[in-house]
Amino acid sequence: MKIILNIWRQKNPSSPGKLVRYVLPSVSEHMSFLEMLDVLNEDLMQKGDDPVTFEHDCREGICGSCGIMIDGVAHGPLPGTTVCQLHMRHFKDGDELVLEPWRAKAFPVLKDLMVDRSAFDRIIQAGGYISVNTGSAPDANAIPVPKPDAERAMDAAACIGCGACVAACPNASASLFTAAKVSHLGLLPQGQPERPQRVISMVNSMNAELFGSCTNIGECEAVCPKRIPIETIALMHRDYLKACWSFRPESTASQGAG
Amino acid sequence: MRVARLYDSTVGKKAVMAATGVLLFGFVITHLLGNLQFYLGPEALNAYGRNLRHLGALLWAARLGLLAAVLLHISAAVQLWRLNKQARPSHYEKLTAAGSSYASRTMMWSGPILALFIGYHLYHLTLGAHLLHDADGFPLVYQNVVAGFSDPLASGLYIVAMSFLGMHLMHGIWSMFQSIGWNHPKYTPLIKRIAVLTAALIVAGNISIPVAVLLFHQ
Repeated sequence: MKIILNIWRQKNPSSPGKLVRYVLPSVSEHMSFLEMLDVLNEDLMQKGDDPVTFEHDCREGICGSCGIMIDGVAHGPLPGTTVCQLHMRHFKDGDELVLEPWRAKAFPVLKDLMVDRSAFDRIIQAGGYISVNTGSAPDANAIPVPKPDAERAMDAAACIGCGACVAACPNASASLFTAAKVSHLGLLPQGQPERPQRVISMVNSMNAELFGSCTNIGECEAVCPKRIPIETIALMHRDYLKACWSFRPESTASQGAG
Repeated sequence: MRVARLYDSTVGKKAVMAATGVLLFGFVITHLLGNLQFYLGPEALNAYGRNLRHLGALLWAARLGLLAAVLLHISAAVQLWRLNKQARPSHYEKLTAAGSSYASRTMMWSGPILALFIGYHLYHLTLGAHLLHDADGFPLVYQNVVAGFSDPLASGLYIVAMSFLGMHLMHGIWSMFQSIGWNHPKYTPLIKRIAVLTAALIVAGNISIPVAVLLFHQ
């Protein structure tokens, strides 16, 4: 099948980019989207041209590396799928597509279709962890977790940090990502001690990274390859408001013991 | 201090928009119930207007409360809008909506349009020098409504403005719940349906008055 790609080419973060048109005359419908780009890049390299830079790693939909806008939709037209798991059989012969990188102030374009998502790492560093003493492994099921809570936590933990939520949001908001990371710990008993501080730190970090605000429109959940619902964002809002409301400054009174 | 820190965050600003949104939504409902007394005739509507003005201090408390709600709603919206513009400095060559409604994406259009409309509406039926008053200085609400809506241009403007109000409410009513963290797989779809239905009823109720004037009071 014939596919025409208009790909965003940008040399480096500071130079302006533009769309360049490539015609691929014989694309197999069994190829994944990334395999099609591999073929294009082989071709470009043989001609001595600069191959198209795109991020990829596992190619089985679990690492979150690959992520591009395909015709204005993050990860392309197939819902609940990363680009690497999107196959060309979902397109028609002669389709002309626009490929662009994620666009957000917090995700600067490094080259072509690849952006720097370190802002997500800094949100995680702000609070996406629990503090436990290391040592021998605890007994399984020593801490009871209700099944619905375990399932909701697992659903939130499915987030692979690909950034599609930011890319699809008209406000470039990272609310769905941050909410998923806040919730997968906040829903479990192990996450309770740091729950209020976690949500405050992570939301503040999200704001400091200059992601936009959530306007509750739902574009993020529509493109999320792990189908994380915006109910998760509501849970983050609730936790945040509760944490701000119940915040106590540390007591400075001397305890007198000892 | 705690409130200021809360307001510093995007989540806090959205909570303020939700809280003020509830007040403004309550006002819209009350205003509609007042408006519908148009159908009870001149005496009933004018008496309702007079009774409102007799509330005195309570009326002023309500007015100041609403003014504060409007100002907070607008300032939080403008601050968030500016943040959101900064968050996406370069635009997509192509962006396709995958799961959002038109009404939800255009809140920053319907909102300012409504603010302009409120200004016009206050002049047109509350404050303008052209309005009729009785011997005691109370406004003749019914007569003013009929006179005002007899102009098809004014009526048309109200009808268009109410369509924007409907769009703003369709998203706003359910969005308030989401912003303060109330979302539940069982109730949220219901709330969304109620939001659309309520918005439609409010629009229909308000639009019916200029339509009635144009059709039956010429």
